[in-house]
Amino acid sequence: MKAEARNAAAAVVLLALCAVPFLAGKFTVYLAMRIMLLGIFAVGYNLLLGQTGLLSFGHGAFYAAGAYGLGFFGLHVSGNPLFGVAAGVAAAILLAILVGYLCVRHTEIYFAMLTLAFGMMVFSLIWNAREITGGDDGLIGIMRSPVSFFGLLEIPIGTDRQFYFFILFFFALSVWAVHRIRQSPFGLALAGIRENARRSEFAGVPVRRYRLAVFVLSGAFAGLAGSLEALLESNARPFMAHWTHSAEPVLVSLLGGLSSLTGPLVGSAIFIAMREIIQRFTENWMLWFGIVLLVIILGFRGGVVGTLSAFFRKAAAPGEG
Amino acid sequence: MQSYVHVILAGLSNGMFIWLVASGLTLIFGVLGVLNFAHGSFYMLGAYGSFTVLKYLGAGFWTGLLLGPLAVCAAGFVVERFFLRHVYRIALPYQLLLTFAFVLIFDNLVKIVWGGGALSPPSLSFLGGSIPILGRNFPVYNLFIIAVGPAVALLLWALLEKTWYGRIIRASSSDREMAASLGVRVPALFTGVFVFGTWLGALGGGLAVPYVGLLTPGMGEAIIIEAFIVAVIGGLGSLKGAFVGALVIGVMSAFGTRFFPSFDMFLTFILMGGVLLWRPQGLFGAAR
Repeated sequence: MKAEARNAAAAVVLLALCAVPFLAGKFTVYLAMRIMLLGIFAVGYNLLLGQTGLLSFGHGAFYAAGAYGLGFFGLHVSGNPLFGVAAGVAAAILLAILVGYLCVRHTEIYFAMLTLAFGMMVFSLIWNAREITGGDDGLIGIMRSPVSFFGLLEIPIGTDRQFYFFILFFFALSVWAVHRIRQSPFGLALAGIRENARRSEFAGVPVRRYRLAVFVLSGAFAGLAGSLEALLESNARPFMAHWTHSAEPVLVSLLGGLSSLTGPLVGSAIFIAMREIIQRFTENWMLWFGIVLLVIILGFRGGVVGTLSAFFRKAAAPGEG
Repeated sequence: MQSYVHVILAGLSNGMFIWLVASGLTLIFGVLGVLNFAHGSFYMLGAYGSFTVLKYLGAGFWTGLLLGPLAVCAAGFVVERFFLRHVYRIALPYQLLLTFAFVLIFDNLVKIVWGGGALSPPSLSFLGGSIPILGRNFPVYNLFIIAVGPAVALLLWALLEKTWYGRIIRASSSDREMAASLGVRVPALFTGVFVFGTWLGALGGGLAVPYVGLLTPGMGEAIIIEAFIVAVIGGLGSLKGAFVGALVIGVMSAFGTRFFPSFDMFLTFILMGGVLLWRPQGLFGAAR
């Protein structure tokens, strides 16, 4: 796609997202917020999986770090949500540095299992440290105070419609940031590491340091999504760190397609919508989702975005078929 | 002193369950190169299968232990033959997610068939009760489990090292293509190994029925994480490593439960982190 066409498409999507709270009902607005949260989580995560080729099964831990970071900050220091989000992201970054340092020396399956294990370590810590984290009840009573710029300007985010724009702001910022990272020399070096780590090493790329950097970066986006969810649901739950939650950005990225920026975003929308629809008809949504997953893995490995763009490319150039 | 002995015994019996699950996981990884998330589900299915034979068919414990895991083998066959076989050559995330899809499917099927609540199995008439060890009672069944673990280890060792099949399995695991060109029917062999690994996990589940007290649809997810940790500590693909790792983790978490009850899992993770810093390839893993 040409740059102008892409920018125009992005502008149209952004306008449509701005219109949602005025046109749609309460529940749709809530679903749109959940989609954007998962989108932030997945688009950041895909820097690691799609761009660098590292499969982490522990990013729920950073999501939880963001949520609990915001929660503790809000309960003990200051209620300003901007500072709270910053605290959540900072907590996620610190944790990601610690975990990443131990994990990035490995690749492939070892990396996947290590991140899984460290993610579950965070889960069991949160679960067991009842006095501090509230254990399985979660951290409750997180408030949505107005966004305040040093007392000069106050923007309330108490209602869902107001908070929608708070999330939309971070969503747009995240997508733009990830887009820039993918295009940057750093992003291209990551793609080089994915294709051939040894050759990248010989070309002078500090492979391990770059892997750690992108690990921490994707952890930061996970923390951002987590802190926003804590504000949305006014609680932080240990299951945010559980491995089944860590699998969500992986699923969503595969569902949409690994190799593009839009893949994880489309995947998030499909995932949330599909869950809603399936849950309306049956309690057994895990079963149906598992079956859909099997179909995608066995039949449509490019994901929705990859399959569609291959289809259109073929339609545009019928001779090459 | 006596309390230490009891903690160690409890840890050993816990460790044996982890070993039974980890052994199938390790065997499958070593030969097929696939890390099977659904292995915990086979453990769970083994437990529910044995429970059903025990309760509804009115059969004895041994019949349940024989028939339950055998039925689960059919599930393992379907997973490998019709699904997993198609993804050996593609990227790792797809393989892992394929097995993850089966975790979702099996967990949900168990909820549909047996309900989402916890089931309590009937108590055992034989192997029930307890005997005094150093002045305190210890359940006989746990001693039985402590004996079963090494028996399975011995069986596996003999199978892999002493039989013709074992030699072929080892050959295929070290060089798939060479084995195929020497006339080994590798696809059939892979199916066989996967089904055997499934049986080991399901056997663990069947044995767990009188042990765990309650059967829940999430029981596979808890043990698969422990089995993963054991596999990492022992070295991926090493059965010896899985055995030693399972014992260490079992005993260690028993001490954790006894002395730092709220942080028992945490100790396990500390141990894993320590082993990885010291020996990244695991205790018995080949240097990479």
